[in-house]
Amino acid sequence: MQPLTDEILARTSLASLLADYPLLESALLETGIEFDPAEEVTLPAKLAQWAALRGQSAEAFLAQLRERIDELNNLLGATVSLTRLAILAGRDKSGQPEQVTQIALQRGDLLAIVGPTGSGKSRLLADIEWLATGDTPSGRTILADGRTAADRRFASGGEQLIAQLSQTMSFVLDATVEELLGLHVESRGMAAGLVQDTIAAANDLSGEPFSGATPLTSLSGGQTRALMVADTALVCRSPIVLIDEIENAGIDRRAAFNLLLSQEKIVLSATHDPLLALLAPRRLCMRHGAMHSLHERTGEEEALLADLERLDDIHAAIRTRLRLGERLNAIDFAQLRREHSWP
Amino acid sequence: MQLITVAGPPSSGKTSVLIKTLEALMADGIAAGVIKFDCLVADDDAVYRSAGVPVQKGLSGVLCPDHYFVSNIDRVLEWSGRRQLAMTVIESAGLCNRCSPHIKGSLAVCVLDNVSGLHTPKKIGPMLKLADVVVVTKGDIVSQAEREVFAFRVQSVAPRARIIRVNGRSGQGAHALAEMFKAAPALQGDLAALRLRFPMPAALCSYCLGETRVGPDYQIGQFRKLNID
Repeated sequence: MQPLTDEILARTSLASLLADYPLLESALLETGIEFDPAEEVTLPAKLAQWAALRGQSAEAFLAQLRERIDELNNLLGATVSLTRLAILAGRDKSGQPEQVTQIALQRGDLLAIVGPTGSGKSRLLADIEWLATGDTPSGRTILADGRTAADRRFASGGEQLIAQLSQTMSFVLDATVEELLGLHVESRGMAAGLVQDTIAAANDLSGEPFSGATPLTSLSGGQTRALMVADTALVCRSPIVLIDEIENAGIDRRAAFNLLLSQEKIVLSATHDPLLALLAPRRLCMRHGAMHSLHERTGEEEALLADLERLDDIHAAIRTRLRLGERLNAIDFAQLRREHSWP
Repeated sequence: MQLITVAGPPSSGKTSVLIKTLEALMADGIAAGVIKFDCLVADDDAVYRSAGVPVQKGLSGVLCPDHYFVSNIDRVLEWSGRRQLAMTVIESAGLCNRCSPHIKGSLAVCVLDNVSGLHTPKKIGPMLKLADVVVVTKGDIVSQAEREVFAFRVQSVAPRARIIRVNGRSGQGAHALAEMFKAAPALQGDLAALRLRFPMPAALCSYCLGETRVGPDYQIGQFRKLNID
């Protein structure tokens, strides 16, 4: 939003001013200034009328309006400073203390959260989203840079700490990829060129390319996830990304995490997928509502990850051949064992 | 007593959000009740009742829902006095977008959902623009991009409102809304001291009185004609 200069005030009609500065309407309503949105009048003329009639000051109204425009602009340009996130333990479902007492994360860290359904993965993500201060059923405390961050819960615009991505989310807007990204980039106060960068990054993640002109609603499941990941990585300013089960995504999962981590995000990913769980250098196991154990990935597990990725490639190749109408052959495991020196 | 007005378009999730919020408040020992205003039908009183929330409902029927609402605030206060409620929430669904039930000096809440479209915040009048708290629902089914754009649009039209995301199904965020309800100002003075934040729409014409015939001959009272170029 441009600063509201005297020149703009003098030559703009109330109608176009209302369109350019959406917050003008609420200011007029609050102050009790009656107006007809289609009236061919400038704001200063309208205010002069009102000020004379009601014995009020037009200058005071304008000063307050300018202050609000500044506030909103500051919100847009804001970037979050956060380097460390800590989770301090609370209680399990029976009120017993959690076994893992503390988890420390910093920019560029990836933590996988595993555990059976109902073990408390979503509850943990909810605690982080809420920046809990011991005030949730689990009694956990979340620290941002060593301090509780309850005052940042309602931060909006560029100051939001947390972005979320989950299997249940989809695009509902009746618009093209380019239109939504344009709006998002604008609402974050960033350069328009980022729209094409984001589309390119999304296309790198999904095997099936789409263009900016593609309607959001006709994206496939994989393309949708790819676009959400790219948008969260590049357009969202939030330093913390919470991911809830995106396994059946049909995207290059390793590349997706790499993209998020390349933007120095702190990523927490709740998952049932062994490949996703092993992509993280550390994984937290949940049980009975509690943080039960924290595991560093071992060298052996890292080798297993490489094998899982190969299996994943085999699976993808079979999928492609099926879709192309080809006949399939049995997988030659003996050959694979020799090639990759499996036991 | 704390009086809280909650308004929002139909199906935006007002009742679901309120039930989760009131459950949290009642768990803290706060005597809270709801009065639901609607136009034609409201089955939500049964939903509140089964959640153990004291509830009354008002259906405006043939009357203008906005005027019906404001002319019944005295009854609302009477009821909450009799029930010895510490907090009374007025949920109004039947209001038009031009209208707003918000009262000066009381916490004013507007509920909108992420799925309703990006133009919604602009189209909704004083019920949003004069609210203290804007609750945004259904965030669990749309993308982060859409959530952020929607929240930005809300903030642009209501720059001083606090935006809070609540999931009516899981109750995520309801705890926070309950804290805001607890911090709401108490009613000061008696009924005569209460003022609406925004005047109700003007209405006094033959159609208010049940006219069904169309055409200029039957239009008596306040009318305004469409400007056509």
